[in-house]
Amino acid sequence: MKILVCISKTPDTTAKIAFTEGNTKFDENGVQWIINPFDEWYALVKAIELKEKDPSAIIHLVTVGTADAEPIIRKALALGGDEAIRINSNSNDSFYVAKQIATIAKEGSYDIIFTGKETIDYNSASIGSMLSAILDLPLVSLANQLDLNGNTATVRREIEGGEETCEVNLPVVISCQKGMAEQRIPNMRGIMAARSKPLKVLEPIEASATTSIKKFDIPVAKSGVKLVDPANMDELVRLLKEEAKVI
Amino acid sequence: MVLVYIDQADQQIKKSSLEAMSYGAALAKQLGCDVAALVLGTVQDNLAELGKSGAQKVYHLKNETLNSLDVKLHSTLIANAAKNVNATVVVFANNINGKAIAPAVSVKLEAGLVTGASSLPNTENGFVVTKTVFSGKAFASIQIETPIKVIAINQNSFGVVAYDTSATVEELNIPIPTASIKITKLEKVEGEIPLTEASLVVSGGRGLKGPENWGILLDLAKSLGAATACSRPVSDTDWRPHHEHVGQTGIQIAPNLYIAIGISGAIQHLAGVNRSKTIVVINKDPEAPFFKAADYGVVGDAFEVVPALTSAILKMKSTA
Repeated sequence: MKILVCISKTPDTTAKIAFTEGNTKFDENGVQWIINPFDEWYALVKAIELKEKDPSAIIHLVTVGTADAEPIIRKALALGGDEAIRINSNSNDSFYVAKQIATIAKEGSYDIIFTGKETIDYNSASIGSMLSAILDLPLVSLANQLDLNGNTATVRREIEGGEETCEVNLPVVISCQKGMAEQRIPNMRGIMAARSKPLKVLEPIEASATTSIKKFDIPVAKSGVKLVDPANMDELVRLLKEEAKVI
Repeated sequence: MVLVYIDQADQQIKKSSLEAMSYGAALAKQLGCDVAALVLGTVQDNLAELGKSGAQKVYHLKNETLNSLDVKLHSTLIANAAKNVNATVVVFANNINGKAIAPAVSVKLEAGLVTGASSLPNTENGFVVTKTVFSGKAFASIQIETPIKVIAINQNSFGVVAYDTSATVEELNIPIPTASIKITKLEKVEGEIPLTEASLVVSGGRGLKGPENWGILLDLAKSLGAATACSRPVSDTDWRPHHEHVGQTGIQIAPNLYIAIGISGAIQHLAGVNRSKTIVVINKDPEAPFFKAADYGVVGDAFEVVPALTSAILKMKSTA
């Protein structure tokens, strides 16, 4: 079995969000970079769990990013995975990124392609779905549980107002969220092993971007909290009804 | 033509789809073109009524197998329909189904995609759509460079507009490809309001001290007709189910009212709720960072404040 895990580099969840160059570029100054939590905690760890059950499984990691993404890939390799592929390009366009990953996916004939449910920076939640369309594969989105039985995956996923379980034949694209696996911390052996794992760097294929970011804006801050006396909840109800008009 | 995909849960058209319909109608007016809805599956609603949310025409592919989400199947049918009607923009609600299907449709139509759109595009010079990024901590204005565009509009960001018209319904008779997944089990959360669709949300954090104390929160939610949510530590320790976790690594919501009880307001939590119209924070710690993001704050013991708030709401409702 071959598994491909898509990894994205994102700012740390506590990073200050600011922009430079006339609000056209994310200000990377002082930003700590992490593996996108959904990719790391759920997609990658699930792949590792599958390999623990079936040691013959092969896990490849793929990221689209410039050389500064390498510490993130090494950290992912320290958690698990056999080798990594970095496509040497930087793009905010989901279609361009999906095209690059799809090329790797086609060549590697993977049985399962895992993505996180979305990245915490651009929140587009689109790579998994785009990959499924480019590769003409089924997609199970928002998966929170997966069991394999031969060539069939039984996957539980979130739907509006509940959950459902479905069966799907491999190969398949699966976007992962909470519940799929438990977050792990790399151990020393993993960190040492990661240093010698192969990290291939490939140049991107030609693909045109379909979108471009013109500018960023920071939302207007709240004007300040209005404190209400804890002994006077009638006043809070009045404010919510008459001032905020939300109840 | 602007084509709006109308999705469903339990054979009911969702509020977020009606918002998408009104968004599509406003966009069609802006572009000076027609607007139509596309409905897949069997729904109990009267489809002509979609006219009241802005549809001029409704295309309906009535087939039970389309009632549950199969991205491969749905995206193929939607992309084909969009080609057949020469759609230049395809609009989705940015809900669970829309988020999953829209990117696949964009690939099939070679269209640029913006998910999580927060307002109508600026079409004065090109086609620029504003979307939320960094989990609601910022907005990005995105230019779509392709002739065909796909947009998924955030829930609760474009209100349903009432139109005084009825839409004409055309039943489509096209063959359905084989399903790519098979649903084997359905677990509906009974009697609860889906969090992403809710306009009122009551949420609890570690300040409530344990799952046995959730009764006061549930009573408050019931008095308001609100959905319930929780912070990450609460779902991580299984005090509450995972699907209630709102925040950067849970789900992001944008209700009209978000009441946070015993939640300190870590930046990761705020990222999931900062698009709420009105935020009420109840916390005994006056230094809790959440107060900075709140509209109304109550510094006090949740175990006293919350039942008092519930009583005040019930009193207001009984006299209203």
